[in-house]
Amino acid sequence: MATTSAAPAPSHGRAHSFLGRLRNGDEAAHLITLMFACSVLAIALLLIYELWIHSSLSRRQFGFHFFFTQVWDPIAGQFGALPFIYGTLVTSILALVIAVPLGLGAAIYLAELAPARLSNVLTFLVELLAAVPSVIYGLLAFFSLVPILRNYVEPFLKSTLGFLPIFQGPIYGVGFLAAGLILAIMTFPFIISICREALLEVPREQREAALALGATKWESTWQVVVPYAKLGIMGSVFLGLARALGETMAVTMVIGNDPRIKASLFAPGYTIAAVIANEFTEATGDLYLNSLIELGLVLFLITMIINAGARLLIIATTKKGSARD
Amino acid sequence: MNRTERRKLVSNVMLSLTGMCAFLTVSTLFLILGYLLWNGGRSVDWAFFTQLPKPPGETGGGMANAIVGSGLIVGMAALIGVPIGFLGGIYLSEFGGKTLSFFVRYTADLLNGVPSIVIGIFAWTVVVVPTRTFSAFAAALSLAVMLIPIGLRSTEQFLRSVPTALREGSLALGASKWRTIASVVVPAATKGILTGMILGVARIAGETAPLLFTAMNNQFWSSGFNEPVATLPVMIYTHAISPYEDWHRQAWAAGLVLLGMVLIANILARFILSRGAASQRA
Repeated sequence: MATTSAAPAPSHGRAHSFLGRLRNGDEAAHLITLMFACSVLAIALLLIYELWIHSSLSRRQFGFHFFFTQVWDPIAGQFGALPFIYGTLVTSILALVIAVPLGLGAAIYLAELAPARLSNVLTFLVELLAAVPSVIYGLLAFFSLVPILRNYVEPFLKSTLGFLPIFQGPIYGVGFLAAGLILAIMTFPFIISICREALLEVPREQREAALALGATKWESTWQVVVPYAKLGIMGSVFLGLARALGETMAVTMVIGNDPRIKASLFAPGYTIAAVIANEFTEATGDLYLNSLIELGLVLFLITMIINAGARLLIIATTKKGSARD
Repeated sequence: MNRTERRKLVSNVMLSLTGMCAFLTVSTLFLILGYLLWNGGRSVDWAFFTQLPKPPGETGGGMANAIVGSGLIVGMAALIGVPIGFLGGIYLSEFGGKTLSFFVRYTADLLNGVPSIVIGIFAWTVVVVPTRTFSAFAAALSLAVMLIPIGLRSTEQFLRSVPTALREGSLALGASKWRTIASVVVPAATKGILTGMILGVARIAGETAPLLFTAMNNQFWSSGFNEPVATLPVMIYTHAISPYEDWHRQAWAAGLVLLGMVLIANILARFILSRGAASQRA
């Protein structure tokens, strides 16, 4: 009896002092802002939970076969993710192959060579380029890039490099090459701005030492500055990759929407994001919907892992840069 | 040609190549703008802003409903996302301990990298499934989820750049911590925070993928928050992939209007920030 009646008293006292601290204002402000900051964690957890729950049907039905099956047949109720994973990887890697050299080159020019004023203007224009909505890239790609590819670029590639399996087969215009190109154009603003920051973090002494040893400007840049900033540059590549993997609208408009695996870059394909965008509202039946959501889960996990790695790399470089200053 | 000359030549060639890379990438911006102006310039007329879309086959009409729908959804998303991002950013910059702050910051960065289509699925499962209808609210929620991490990180970044001496001065005068934040720290960073928020809103305004199965589309005016809503980005998409010539014309016009708004917001944000920097230096 005694213990049970005594127990509430101290807790009441604690509540009183807690309320007292709340009245002060600081604790209240702390708690309220804490709540909003934690909402980010809550959203992230809820996002994972919802994707997991809503894909349960297809996870149970197909298991790991989901990732290795080539058939995507809504009518027969057969769903395999392989063509979409293939298409997503091919287009993204193609985009990086084009965007990384161009982006790194442009970043070197902006960070090392251009006069300050010109560099500022160009950097601002690159930022604007990063702000162009994806559907507008899609619009341009659909009406201008695809006809150019169909009429000029792909016939040229076929006649000159046609002995390579990736440049064979019928020409449609839409397909892996078109999607890869538009993704390259969309990712290089990100690659440029992060590479440029990584290059600017490199201490001035590094350049001066190389130049004093008799290196040319290019040798000092390529053999000293770029290796010094390599973690940040790798981070930018991974961030660009994550962007390219998840990009939806522009790719949906030019990929050709054909869930088959073809070696040729001229062939139409399909990506994870594109199939979700195209079929989600038309999906009939729970299994179909669950399969699409599982594709979303796969896309989410891939981009999360790549992003997490990229952020760690970028954090590592900026720490290294500031520690040596 | 001796060794030194060759090295100099290599250096000059490579350096000019990097310059070409830079101008090539930047020129795509002008290519995009020019191409949109060329194709869409003539179609941005009074009717575009005041009329409803015409059925396929008929010429004319506009996208008044999509412009209003986009404004409504982006406005609602900003109403949800801006306060959450702002207050969360205050926590990270002013109150946060080490571990929790790191997790929140890292999660925000990861959330920022989630493909927008996945956010669309999320809003669909959370709002569209329980309410059994596509709605403006579902769309606004998906855009808000994208806005929160952007607003949070930019608020934190600009609050951090406020000198500690300002905070100490206020505290030394006897102000409490929240008073210091509200009357000294936040006002000192207003321009930066505003810039970050404008950039964030401009980014979500152009998002299309999350709207496809939250707002859906509508050829008419929508009469409430509980039915499909037309938006400018989705209109561009559906009109562009349609087989009708006149719809293509409308898609170009809509693309031009959307890009114009996004670029103006970006330039405005930049302008506010540079003015802020100038007045701080003075």
